[in-house]
Amino acid sequence: MDDKIIICFCEDITRAEVRQTIKNGATTLDEIKRIIRCGMGPCQGKTCEEMICREIMDITGKKKEDILIPTRRPPTSSILLADAARSDNNEKTS
Amino acid sequence: MKKQAEVVIIGGGVVGCAVAYNLASMGCKDVVLLEKNYLSSGATGRCGAGIRQQWGTEMNCKLAKASMEMFENLEQILAYEGEIELKQGGYLILAYKEQEVKQFQKNIELQNSLGIESELLTPEEAKEIVPHLNTKGLLAASYCARDGHANPFEVTRAYAQAAQSLGVEINTFTECKDIIIEKGKITEVVTDKGSIKTKTVINAAGGYSDLIGDMVGLKLPVYSERHQIMVTEPVNSFQTPMVISFYYNFYCQQVPHGSFIMGQGDPNEPKGHNIGHSWQFLQELSKKINHVLPPLGQLRIVRQWSGLYNITPDAQPIICQAEEIPGFYMAIGFSGHGFMIAPMTGKVLAEMILGKNLSMPLDKLDLGRFDRGELIPEPSVV
Repeated sequence: MDDKIIICFCEDITRAEVRQTIKNGATTLDEIKRIIRCGMGPCQGKTCEEMICREIMDITGKKKEDILIPTRRPPTSSILLADAARSDNNEKTS
Repeated sequence: MKKQAEVVIIGGGVVGCAVAYNLASMGCKDVVLLEKNYLSSGATGRCGAGIRQQWGTEMNCKLAKASMEMFENLEQILAYEGEIELKQGGYLILAYKEQEVKQFQKNIELQNSLGIESELLTPEEAKEIVPHLNTKGLLAASYCARDGHANPFEVTRAYAQAAQSLGVEINTFTECKDIIIEKGKITEVVTDKGSIKTKTVINAAGGYSDLIGDMVGLKLPVYSERHQIMVTEPVNSFQTPMVISFYYNFYCQQVPHGSFIMGQGDPNEPKGHNIGHSWQFLQELSKKINHVLPPLGQLRIVRQWSGLYNITPDAQPIICQAEEIPGFYMAIGFSGHGFMIAPMTGKVLAEMILGKNLSMPLDKLDLGRFDRGELIPEPSVV
């Protein structure tokens, strides 16, 4: 597979960069995220996580069930700050 | 993992890594650092990434000023190949009450006397620096152009790599389980991966420092409290300084990558180690930001998260050796501003442990001050 292929679309991270980061010793999704930012963008890892998981398995020999999934946090998908400000539990939903 | 070490550091946040580097650079290279998760997985990596010198006590001002001078040269000092993403866009602290204006005047006087170039601005002057600031109700603002931002992950990594290159052993995913004391002296640190014989231990466990204190029978006067934070999508740069308000109780900055990072304190937050999230936070903070910095309403929030403040009764850290237990040192209770004063903390604590002359006396930050009633409350905390 071409190493120039983009794995993280939000942050423009290539497969080669992901593989190098793993080889440098970051073998968990959380550590990789904090070094090259994949998973920090608007998709919050929904696009790239599976692919990075496969790279970790390939390089380290870890099993998939041994690779921890990063904490899921709100919002489920990105929302406008102004919309979050408008939401009010006293308002009736239309 | 080593079976024996001169010093064992508990905690792989910025403070632990900074102490490790400083010990090694001063010649004490037989050091083992323990981190139960990965480096900067705790409070360091969850913080707001701000570095400010505009504090209300002498100790915080001095530590922050010296640390900023180190941040400015950190990549060279540590021979770091990456970038710590230092951005000195200033801190703009908004005042909405007369009481705040008075406090800021007092703070600025203290800061200026210590060489920190802060000043009080009119609302119009504040708007020149942040053109999208809603100045409704604003009386004045405290401003220091040399404050700013650095990337906590990068800073921690820079210290860790420099420490490792000098011989420090860093063990991630290794949890400290117990500290053995015999006849009043530390003999051993027990981890889930084996034990290390040592006479010197540093508690740099951040939000979990109380649990490390329990291991040596010290009831430390600190507690942890969740603080939440959120981040937007990255956009082109349009806000230079960190904007903070104690009245509205928020802080908000645009980091070099383009995202806005913002957080608030919750006066009703219970003590404890909870780092979950709440929807109320998202709504409350969005309302404040949308009001004070209206164009930010059009940005998309991509994530919220939380981390722990480790809080002391006077909101200033405890940096000392425990009198009761020789060899047990601590750098804890940073009360939400540990990242920004970590460089100087790491240096002075290493000097203290090695019995060198201190670059800055820290006797006012000892553990005994609470028993003596010599608290020095920091008035300027979000």
